[in-house]
Formats: sequence, structure tokens, C-alpha cells
Amino acid sequence: MITVEALFVEIHGLQRQDLERWIGNAWVRPDGDPGHYLFREIDVARIRLIMELREHLEIEEPALPTVLSLLDQLYDLRRRLRGLNAALEETVPAEIRERLLERLGGGLS
Amino acid sequence: MAEDPYKILGVAKEASAEDIRKAYRKLAKKHHPDLNPGNKAAEEQFKAVSAANELLSDTEKRARYDHGEIDESGAEKAPPRGYRHYAEGAPGQRYSYSSGPEGFGGAAGFGGEENFEDIFSTIFQNRAGGTQAARGRDAHYVLAAEFLDAINGGAKRLTLPDGQVLDVKIPAGTEDGDTLRLRGRGTPGRNNGPAGDALIEIKVMPHKFYKRDGQDIRFELPVSVQEAVLGGKVTVPTPAGAVAMTIKPHSDSGVELRLRGRGVPAQGSRAAGDLYVKLRVVIGPVDVKLEEFLREWKPETAFDPRREMEGDSKG
Repeated sequence: MITVEALFVEIHGLQRQDLERWIGNAWVRPDGDPGHYLFREIDVARIRLIMELREHLEIEEPALPTVLSLLDQLYDLRRRLRGLNAALEETVPAEIRERLLERLGGGLS
Repeated sequence: MAEDPYKILGVAKEASAEDIRKAYRKLAKKHHPDLNPGNKAAEEQFKAVSAANELLSDTEKRARYDHGEIDESGAEKAPPRGYRHYAEGAPGQRYSYSSGPEGFGGAAGFGGEENFEDIFSTIFQNRAGGTQAARGRDAHYVLAAEFLDAINGGAKRLTLPDGQVLDVKIPAGTEDGDTLRLRGRGTPGRNNGPAGDALIEIKVMPHKFYKRDGQDIRFELPVSVQEAVLGGKVTVPTPAGAVAMTIKPHSDSGVELRLRGRGVPAQGSRAAGDLYVKLRVVIGPVDVKLEEFLREWKPETAFDPRREMEGDSKG
């Protein structure tokens, strides 16, 4: 986990008032309280993502909540699928797993 | 070299190529080793300026540096791991759609969370033949309620993802996290099976000054110096409306008064709670007369408001 100061060193071009607004909107959710935030790796990656969405994909802030919420849903689903995959690997006999893979056309990876 | 090349040249990040060229020339002249023979600092400075210029005068390198792809010395930086790397793994739970705050599928919206259990029960029911009647799934929603609606009861409209509108009656005394069940308002059943239920978790929003404590409610009531010293009748805003309350003379800041039965109203077997009013003396605007009075005033008994703090701190 890193502090705000380290964050600004780590991420080139990040504006303080942008970050504060994103945290205020809960688009970024660091640990700790205002003035003493701590950012995990996923927070840093998310800030980069938001900057890329804004700068490279020219997504304006009013559209960001929709985009982020869709992304969050997508990643939720993918995380659950991974969990499902792990559960299948642990509980389902190899033979059935093979049949599953066959049926899915090798798509469950 | 480890310093920002823009800083070394003393130009803004948005500086034009021309600005950079000018700044470089100026600094290069100033620190050129031939003009500063034997001056070690100038030589270092000249090297730094040249390196900075080399990076920034090359449009492509400058763009890559601005994007953080290369560092000040022009060396490739390992590209940071993408968001996906984290979001798909366990850390992604942090930004889970259904755990988000208002506006992110949590409170006030709907975190229509469908877990694998639900998905599988559907899959297995499908396998089971398909003509059997099956009850629809329960649908889960989260609804934000105002503090006072949760205390006194109220109604709130919930628009579902499919456009359906549910009028949710919030019963008096609803606590944060309570779940309401609306029978038959979940997913429709199959083959004439009954529909599932809508399960609505109520998220109670905090209030400006009331705090709930079980069936009781607590808050601070500001009172003037006169009211605190001389006593008197004051109007107290309670969740059910204003009531008059008598303050005894010589009531200090921090004194707590109880208004019996004015807390969370009774529901079923639960008795009504009490409203605890904690006085907070507010001096308010001070005029000359008050200053004069206090200057002249000699208390009969000496009083040190910090007596109890003695010995608890250094110095």
C-alpha cells in the first residue's frame, strides 16, 4: 500500500483535484481517511484505467460512472467464473471435466 | 540522471519544441564546459541539460516519456500491470459491482446480485425436464431510505432493471440492513410455478443530527448560556415533530435529558424507545455588556474546568 505522495510519484500527470473528485465519487476507494489515504495496487491500476479512459478514449466524466459500473460488473462476472472454474477443478472428476470442455469447445479456460 | 527533464530545462510540460530549443540553448551556453573551465558543477549541469534536451527534442521520445513508457534516461519502463490483472483476481472484490456505494449498484440503486447458486439451480431445473412447475428465483435489491422514513415509516419507489416499478412500504422502526420481502415480485415461475419474492435490503442513510441506538435516539441540542444557567422552556425537534421541554436551572453542557417514548415508535412487541437530548451550551455572539460583566464577575467558588485532566498529560 502506498500514500498519496507516493501515488503522485508513481502516476505521471495525475491531478490532485481529479483524484479527490474520483475518490469523492467512490470511483476510487482507497483505505484510510481523507488526508491519510492508502492505495493498494488495484487502486493504482484503477486510477491509471480512469486516466486512460479519459485521455485516450476521450470518455467524459459524466459517462464514466456508466463505463466503470459496466466494467465492474464484467470483472465481477469474470472473477466469479474463475471461482467456478477453480471449484469445478476441485470437485468434478477429470472425465466429466473433459466432457465439459468438449461440450464447450474448449472455451472454459 | 533521475530528475524531471522538464524541470532541468525549466520549461512547462506543454512547452513547444521551439521553447525547449530556446531553453536548452540558453542553459547550454551558461554551463558549457569551455566557458566554465574546471567548474565541476557546471559540467554536471551541462550533461544533465544535454540529456534532457536529447529526450525532449525528440518528438517520439518525448511522447513516450510523457506517457511513462520510458524514464528520464530513456530506458524502457516495465509497463504497469493493467487493471484487469487485479480486477479479475481476489483484489477485484474491492470494486465489486454489488458491494459499491450509492450509484454503483449498491444503496439507492439495485445490486441485483445473482450468485452461482441461483444460476445453477436454474440450470439444473432446466435439465430436469422442463415441464415441471418451478418457483421463480428471489430477486435481491438494495434500497436507500431516509433516516426519518426508517424511524416513522414511509414509502419509497424502486424502479427495477426491467422497468417494473415497486412501491416499497418502509415500516416504522426499520433498522439498517433489515430486509423486506415482497411476495411474488421476484422472477416469474416456470410452467405455472409461483413467482419468487423480491428481497429488499434497506440501507438507512445517516441523519444530520439524530443517531439511532437500538430503540433509542440520541442527539445534541444547542442551548444558549441563559437557557443553561437560568433554565427555561425550549422547543425540541423530535423525529415525530417538535415538543416543548423544560431545562432546569444550572444545566451544564453535556447534561443528558430523556424524553420518554419519543425515540423509535413501538412496533409489535417492541416498546417505543426514548429520545436522549444532550445539551450543548453555545455562547453565540458576544457583546460589550457580556464582556464587561465577565471581567467584573468574581465567582463565589473558584472553579477549574480542567481539574480532572491534571496529571494526565506532560508539562
